[in-house]
Amino acid sequence: MIDLHGFGHQLLQGALVTVELALASLVVGLVLGLLGAAAKLSSIKPLQWIANIYTTLIRGLPELLTVLIIYFGATTVLMSIASLFGYDEYIEIGAFAAGVTALGLTFGAYATEVFRGALQSIPKGQHESAVALGMGTFHKFYRIILPQVWRIALPGLGNLFLVLLKDTALVSVVGLEDIMRKANIAVSSTKEAFLFYLVAAIMYLALTVVSMGVVSYLEKRARRGLTRG
Amino acid sequence: MKLKTIIMGSALFVGAALTGASAQAADKIRFATEGAWAPFNYIDSSGKPQGFDVDIAHALCAQMKADCEVVTQDWDGLIPGLKVRKFDAIIASMSITPEREKVVDFTNKYYSGGLRFLGRTGEKVDLKHLDGKTIGAQRATLGAQYLEDNYAGKAKLKFYDNQDNVYLDLVSGRLDVVLSDELPTYNWLKTSGNGDKFEFKGAAFMKNDNIGIAVRKGDKLKDKLNEALKEILANGTYQKINAKYFPFSIY
Amino acid sequence: MDFSVVVEYFPRLLEGTWVSLQLVVLSIVLGGIIALPIALARISPVLWIRSFPFAYIFFFRGTPLLVQIFLVYYGASQFEVVRESFLWPILREPFWCAIIAFTLNTSAYTAEIFRGAIQAIPPGEVEACKVVGMSKAQMYRRVLLPRAFGIVLPAYGNEIILMLKGSALASTITILDLTGMARTIIARTYTPIEIFLAAGAIYLVISMVIIAIFRQVEKRQNRYLGSVSIKVPDKG
Repeated sequence: MIDLHGFGHQLLQGALVTVELALASLVVGLVLGLLGAAAKLSSIKPLQWIANIYTTLIRGLPELLTVLIIYFGATTVLMSIASLFGYDEYIEIGAFAAGVTALGLTFGAYATEVFRGALQSIPKGQHESAVALGMGTFHKFYRIILPQVWRIALPGLGNLFLVLLKDTALVSVVGLEDIMRKANIAVSSTKEAFLFYLVAAIMYLALTVVSMGVVSYLEKRARRGLTRG
Repeated sequence: MKLKTIIMGSALFVGAALTGASAQAADKIRFATEGAWAPFNYIDSSGKPQGFDVDIAHALCAQMKADCEVVTQDWDGLIPGLKVRKFDAIIASMSITPEREKVVDFTNKYYSGGLRFLGRTGEKVDLKHLDGKTIGAQRATLGAQYLEDNYAGKAKLKFYDNQDNVYLDLVSGRLDVVLSDELPTYNWLKTSGNGDKFEFKGAAFMKNDNIGIAVRKGDKLKDKLNEALKEILANGTYQKINAKYFPFSIY
Repeated sequence: MDFSVVVEYFPRLLEGTWVSLQLVVLSIVLGGIIALPIALARISPVLWIRSFPFAYIFFFRGTPLLVQIFLVYYGASQFEVVRESFLWPILREPFWCAIIAFTLNTSAYTAEIFRGAIQAIPPGEVEACKVVGMSKAQMYRRVLLPRAFGIVLPAYGNEIILMLKGSALASTITILDLTGMARTIIARTYTPIEIFLAAGAIYLVISMVIIAIFRQVEKRQNRYLGSVSIKVPDKG
């Protein structure tokens, strides 16, 4: 076995933080993506503008900068908004919350396009038949539209998740104790840069492989209605 | 109609997901340190901050009978983080400088340092003329500022996120000379196993470099800390901590 | 917020921008050159030829760019062998370390884009080449690669923007690119929000220029197609 100088346990803890961060950002990002797609497809012009500004801004900014801006800027902005409502307590945005916000926003901007494509690809007839069957808006969306959007969007979303997983490393810059930061700390005290960065790389690869497995399982599941014919 | 449902459902969801950004009551004093400045502050293999700064913070808290927490933050995020209230005080071997005093308040000094150049053993360096040499320092430190003010445009200056990376690049040969605080370098020469390959160049300067604890402008915490600092200096607690790290007084 | 610092330090931000642009252009050009043989090997019918690019692409797409930079910069310099080798004059410079890491990284993504494009060419065109008696080299040079170039453009433009954004990581190894310059300025002024926002605005402007250029090139390259567009696999 390779000698990790007692930092093995720390690295595993870091892996847990990385996974938590990725999953939390995924949830936020999926919701933002659906919202963004809905806004882009809506007939209300201001909603379209907001969604377009959102995706253009986020997709043009380096993720590292997004993380830094949210980490240092969000508290100030949130507190000034809160004080408008007469709330003067201090609002804390830790490294984790800042990471989730920044990565969620990034994932959401790219997912907006994926969802938009998927929503548009559902034939109008499907909407009409659902209505003809007497389904309400919610029912139609939940039972007919969403399962199909999910199937069509999955490969794209899977790719985005792999990008997200790697972007989590950037949050180490603002002090979140993920794999990357744990590796940095280990290098500081042992001077074994090559060893620890390689171990970090292997851990990310392992997470990537697991994610790819999950995505392909989900894809198979989402397609089951099709293959049975 | 469909869109409305999506939007409403999703908005609820985002709200729930973002509650990680919670309001926090300020009953605890949060000290921030860097964790890459041995022996003053570093992170041990169990992930906890340790060192002179951290010991002083705990001693001050015990003296004030306050509930404390020491967190770590990268160096160049310390003052910005203090300003946006990510923590209440910085105890990270930070020099009291006029530039910093424009944005934060400092307590009285809790030790004093000085800058000193470091280079390869036996190599002759003329510190007046470092033209063409590559000099390294940590970004946003007194040393970095001194280099920018005195050597910019003449020597090649390289600034790092933390001091450990400065040492890594000195050892690898990317740097010819390093400018840093004398005391941590003294410790590095003694403990890193590189003591025979590198040595101090020239005498220490800026010896009036006072190290203080930074707090937000106007924060009353400053007075409490000053009071506690006076007490631990008087009752011998400070001297005990000092002796743990240096065989001479660093006050 | 006080945006006068932005005005004061704007020339230095522009200096950083110039470094960022150099990083992006060099990495994209070098990465593109390496990517082509990798993509061709990747679609080889021979298993062992195919497996090398597979592992290469897998590693560089499966690990964060930040890890790759640190491996090249701090990892390689740890070894005496490297420090005494002829490569050291290059590896001792952070700029070239960044170029190496970025080039390897972008070449893995670009190779996948190329492969997708080559495979997206309808089989009929390949058959047509064979029928008229072209050799394999001729077929690639005259038909497949020019066709792939047109198909590849949208995804490739995307990759350049991703590289631009990734170049911000150069700041972690002492390079004074746009982000590095911003962080250095903040170390003096302690105004993170103002300076980061200014840097962000510059990145946005650059990516918009890239998008506009690619729209023009795409129009020219694919003009014979009318309005047909061919889907290229997303990058992941």
